[in-house]
Amino acid sequence: MNVNRTDKCGMIDRNRRLWFRFNGRDYMGYAGDTLASALLANGVRLAGRSFKLHRPRGLMTAGVEEVNVLVSVGTGGATTTNLRATEVDLVEGLDARTVNVWPSLRFDIGAINDLLARFFKAGFYYKTFMWPDWHLYEPLIRHAAGLGRPAIEPDPARYEHQTHHCDVLVIGAGQAGVEAASQAAQSGARVILVEQEPSIQPLPQARVLFMSRTTAIAYYDHNLVLLTERPADGLARERFHQVRADRIILATGTFERPLLFPGNDRPGIMLASAAKTYAERFGALAGRQIVLATNNTSSDEVAFLMAQIGAQIVATIDWRCGERILKTMGRHGVKAVLYRDARGKSQKIACDAVLMSGGWNPNVQLFSQAGGKLTYDPLIASFRPAADLPSVSCVGAANGDFAPDYGITADWTLPEDGGKIFVDFQNDATVADIRQAADENFRSVEHLKRYTTLGMAVDQGKTANVNALAIMGSLTGQSPGEVGTTRFRPPYTPTSLGAFGGLYTGLLFKPYKQTPLHVANMEAGAVFEDFGGWLRPAVYLRGGESHHNAMRREALAVRNTIGLFDGSPLGKIAVVGPDAALFLDHIYANPMSNLATGKARYGLMLNELGVVIDDGVTVRVADDHFLVGTTSSGADRIALMMEEWLQCEWTTWRVLISPVTTLWGNVTLSGPKARDVLVSLGSDIDLDQEAFPHMSWRQGKIAGMDARVARVSFTGELTFEISVASDQTEMLWDLSSAAAKPFSGAPIGINAWNLLRLEKSFLHIGADTDGTTLPADIGWTKVANRDVDFVGRRSLLWTCNQSPDRLQLVGLAAHDPLKVPPIGMAVKSMDPHRRTDGFVTSSEMSPSLNRPVTLAMVRAGRARIGETITLMNGQTCQIVSGAAYDPEGARLYV
Amino acid sequence: MLIPCPFCGPRDMSEFRCGGQSAIVRPVPAQQVSDEAWSNYMFMRPNPRGVLAERWVHQGGCGTWFNILRNTVSHEIMAVYAIDAAPPELKP
Amino acid sequence: MQRYSGWRVLREGLAGNRNWQPAWRSPSPKPRYDVVIIGGGGHGLATAYYLAKNHNITNVAVLERGWIGGGNTGRNTTVIRSNYFYPESIALFQHSIDLYENLSKELNYNIMFSQRGLVSTGHTRHDMELMARWAGVMQAHGVDADLIDVAEVKRRLPRLVTEHVHLPVLGGFAQKRAGTARHDAVAWGYARGADALGVDIIQNCEVQAFVKNSAGRVTSVKTNLGEIGTDTIVLSVAGNSSVLAKAAGFDLPVTSMTLQAFVSEPLKPVLDTIFLSLATGLYVSQSDKGGLVFGGGLDIYNSYGQRGGFPVAQQVIGALTEHFPSFGRVRLLRQWGGTVDIVHDSSPILGHTPVPGLLINCGWGTGGFKAIPAGGWLMAYHVATGQPHQIAAPFGLSRFETGRFIDEAAGAGIAH
Repeated sequence: MNVNRTDKCGMIDRNRRLWFRFNGRDYMGYAGDTLASALLANGVRLAGRSFKLHRPRGLMTAGVEEVNVLVSVGTGGATTTNLRATEVDLVEGLDARTVNVWPSLRFDIGAINDLLARFFKAGFYYKTFMWPDWHLYEPLIRHAAGLGRPAIEPDPARYEHQTHHCDVLVIGAGQAGVEAASQAAQSGARVILVEQEPSIQPLPQARVLFMSRTTAIAYYDHNLVLLTERPADGLARERFHQVRADRIILATGTFERPLLFPGNDRPGIMLASAAKTYAERFGALAGRQIVLATNNTSSDEVAFLMAQIGAQIVATIDWRCGERILKTMGRHGVKAVLYRDARGKSQKIACDAVLMSGGWNPNVQLFSQAGGKLTYDPLIASFRPAADLPSVSCVGAANGDFAPDYGITADWTLPEDGGKIFVDFQNDATVADIRQAADENFRSVEHLKRYTTLGMAVDQGKTANVNALAIMGSLTGQSPGEVGTTRFRPPYTPTSLGAFGGLYTGLLFKPYKQTPLHVANMEAGAVFEDFGGWLRPAVYLRGGESHHNAMRREALAVRNTIGLFDGSPLGKIAVVGPDAALFLDHIYANPMSNLATGKARYGLMLNELGVVIDDGVTVRVADDHFLVGTTSSGADRIALMMEEWLQCEWTTWRVLISPVTTLWGNVTLSGPKARDVLVSLGSDIDLDQEAFPHMSWRQGKIAGMDARVARVSFTGELTFEISVASDQTEMLWDLSSAAAKPFSGAPIGINAWNLLRLEKSFLHIGADTDGTTLPADIGWTKVANRDVDFVGRRSLLWTCNQSPDRLQLVGLAAHDPLKVPPIGMAVKSMDPHRRTDGFVTSSEMSPSLNRPVTLAMVRAGRARIGETITLMNGQTCQIVSGAAYDPEGARLYV
Repeated sequence: MLIPCPFCGPRDMSEFRCGGQSAIVRPVPAQQVSDEAWSNYMFMRPNPRGVLAERWVHQGGCGTWFNILRNTVSHEIMAVYAIDAAPPELKP
Repeated sequence: MQRYSGWRVLREGLAGNRNWQPAWRSPSPKPRYDVVIIGGGGHGLATAYYLAKNHNITNVAVLERGWIGGGNTGRNTTVIRSNYFYPESIALFQHSIDLYENLSKELNYNIMFSQRGLVSTGHTRHDMELMARWAGVMQAHGVDADLIDVAEVKRRLPRLVTEHVHLPVLGGFAQKRAGTARHDAVAWGYARGADALGVDIIQNCEVQAFVKNSAGRVTSVKTNLGEIGTDTIVLSVAGNSSVLAKAAGFDLPVTSMTLQAFVSEPLKPVLDTIFLSLATGLYVSQSDKGGLVFGGGLDIYNSYGQRGGFPVAQQVIGALTEHFPSFGRVRLLRQWGGTVDIVHDSSPILGHTPVPGLLINCGWGTGGFKAIPAGGWLMAYHVATGQPHQIAAPFGLSRFETGRFIDEAAGAGIAH
């Protein structure tokens, strides 16, 4: 049996006993308890410590605003810390530990801070710890600060997301909320009614979706409200709801605020409303010998209730009659209070609990988040909404509608000599701290908050803010309204970080794109890597070979016989219409309108700054039909960019853009035997060099499939890029592989592909270029003179962009043929200001040439061909131009 | 925010991309455009604290570009109009 | 100025903490000042301090619309670093970090500059190539910059998941001198220092208009506290730069956008260095109080609302728990937003404006806090000498006409 449990009230299930552990000791509670109510019922008063001074603390509240009793529960990855005891549902075997105490709650070394409290006033750390150096003190301070310790292991929990739309969202299912919900539902609206407190269960109603155990945590623009649900179904740890509502009604009630008197923080001193909640919901008694301290009428019913259930009100200290508590006694729990009665006489009275009511603050957090303005109302001695927002309103107590019989007399002029009067209980901010902040001119409400840390505890000021700014007002001769409030920020209550990510974690965090050949690639031994969001084969491993050796083998296959390359991700955009040619003349830095049908041309795209953003080969399918090729990572980006120009700038041009990348799969055959393989697959296209020369394009049948074939080359070898429908690509790949087998053909990955283009000094956008590279920097010096206002052209005319002193792409021939210049390595400069003259952009050992092939951005590089430069690693190289392999390009025209 | 796509109706902002201030006139031809005029087109913006005419695209939906009038402090959207239309007069 | 020290804290504590003097005065504005600085954020206050300290110009007012340090100075995630790629940026941010290192002692105010180092992680081979590019250039300029391997990343960030299906860590970049500081203290320390040297800090003073003479030169500002005469005005109002520029008669190449920031509940030490991911753009550090302070991308639309949208918040928080799955049950305490000046090349605008007598310091984008000492120091130099300092010269407004940009993100993928 619990010492402080009454059976006169409470909604717990007294037939279901639950054993739990708190700081290593075993206790018994009942189903329906929270950890807080079970502790209270067991007579546990000392249950927490404050953040800075480690003052002994007990429960102050019964709700989300609790700041004194914070615990860790669970083990391993399921360890959850900084939980308020008031929000932890009691379950069998619960093991809760108070945070931020060492070695134990009762004997906490940190409590020494309390003895030295006079030196730890507001902002003391700004004034000291400077000599010899902050770093000497910081580790100690860091270890002393902080509350709980989170898990080390990954959080195994499941978090779900849901979205909702409704006409009216009502937050809070108290009387005002239920009335608002009924009214809205009766007028035909679809209503969602939300309540965080599990014991509040309104009667079901048509058109009202009731969400229990659910807290509204944030308001975003245009009535998006986030809810977190702690599901009773156990299917997820938390369920995260996004609700878009036409109208939002906040029936969020009020928070009682602490009364300000010396020693108001001892265990056993709690809000009167909390004592009422503990009694009514849980049958738990705050104490047996109770002192009631109040400045308003709302505590009358608490006094009545306490007397009903077997507690004795030993004294009522009424601020309205001039009575004041002068002092409280009891280190680990209040034992007595010294007070001044209405006649001015000091009296001491023994007690085991003090219930305090310092008045009520409308819970306007979400209203404030929504941008609602607050006004100070002397009738309730607090802030209430100044006016409804167009679609967000507060009702009931949240609107401050409790004035008539409330009769509060708030007094914020406070003596400091009787002992510490706590305002922010967790952060140990006292009336003296506020006075000192005022002395030091930290008088604006934001300065006060930041200087004293008032209102920055885990309740974000729910218990402290109004008292604090009212005290500042009384110190500076202003009304609380003149001092003003700070804006509330989301979330309303602390929310698990994991809930925001929901199920979009691991593989779903950022899903990869796979090519139609993904399975075939896997079977061929592909090692996949992320290239611009596509999972692509970097190499195809055979036997136990290294990645490097695989790359060499694959590259040599292309040079000697044939390689098969999965080119499916390469971007393909159909540009169709009477003005398609005109459009492409403006999108590309080079002309496309004079391209003959069936021909292909390499093109460069710029942004309006003149910077090279993409390249690729475009073919003319028909007079009014182009197929634009982009880099694989550019496919989406370029299609969007084209749409923007078309829809926003050249609005009258008749052009249709259709990104078709994923409609087609691609098998690219590259190497001297490419034609032989293609011929053996069977085709109705004349594949002869004269009939189908380099840089041209054909449609026809390949192995019976409808195909588009381009003769372009990124490797410097004879190459056919064959595109077929996505679902036929695997068949084409298999047939091609079989046909290539007699020639010892091999599938080749990105690494070899990249090496082959590097041997040819072909540009790789994004590796050899960056967000500053202009066409001239990569050798395209003439496009600026084109008489078309293509995208980016005007920016090329800036004087600085025509400077010969820019970084230019050149080849480097390393003097040491065995040492590959590392990518990224800087080029040394003679200029003492610049210190570097560029950097290596691409570099690899060539298996065909048996020496490194390297590209670099070098300052004024083209004018320095033949010059020897030194890299930062001491390596010397000669600046060279042209392709390292087959510089004449003879191998392309076969 | 809830962005009113003129084609699909109101949708969550996560489906859209903002293209910034709308109706900036692109000066051409390049040879006749001064550095100053080009700079004005490229970079100089009133960036008002208040009503702004800006363009958005329903990138995760129909792909349509359109204009809106939006308050940059309250984020209230006062009007939606076609990309090549003039902004409607706002009633005071 | 009342000198602060451990002894002073002891002595005042024993005396009941009744003799603490105001950290700065709250004077009424004088009719005229030699220099008027608009904006009482870090940059404005530092400008005032260095004008008085370095150049003996003390007839200076700082006009603040609200409360000092209330804009981005008091809203940022407090990261200070100097890992930049272009010599112009390196000179600027190295100067800033040099000043920061001695700032607590110089101001006699503990700004708690904690040089706990920074680790950026690379997740693709492109990231690794970029980081190699940074390191070479930075080392050539004497900036501390190290490439570290996965094991070393793991040692410095034991909770970071390095073998992630989407975010595998291939290596990292580290800067030892990088750190965090107490943001409010930077504003308050400069305010107190400037005030002690005679600068008037005037809060709740909103500039409503600029008054110019027939030559177009500014002669005074009209405020809610009356007209204040001056020959020289420094505009230092990040987030509202365009609004005041408009009032002075010109446009800026600036767009105001919201940068969100987040803090968790306080925890015992779990993260000893600053983490920055090239893959997700997430940055996170743990404050001395114990909260995880983090941020990520911008909300890409014009806003002065000082609040962001949910999509970006979700993306940033999701990135945090993806890199650090053990933080899944840690709880978000507070989320807020600041209005930042976004310019095309993400570099600041320092110096002359089209209006004679009016100088500007703006455009710091998402990275203004780390530059406060340098921004103030350089603007003070410009005011005192009439010319931009050579470090500031490349950052003039004229680069938007010449095209001579300093774009770290474009050149090297470096975030500001």
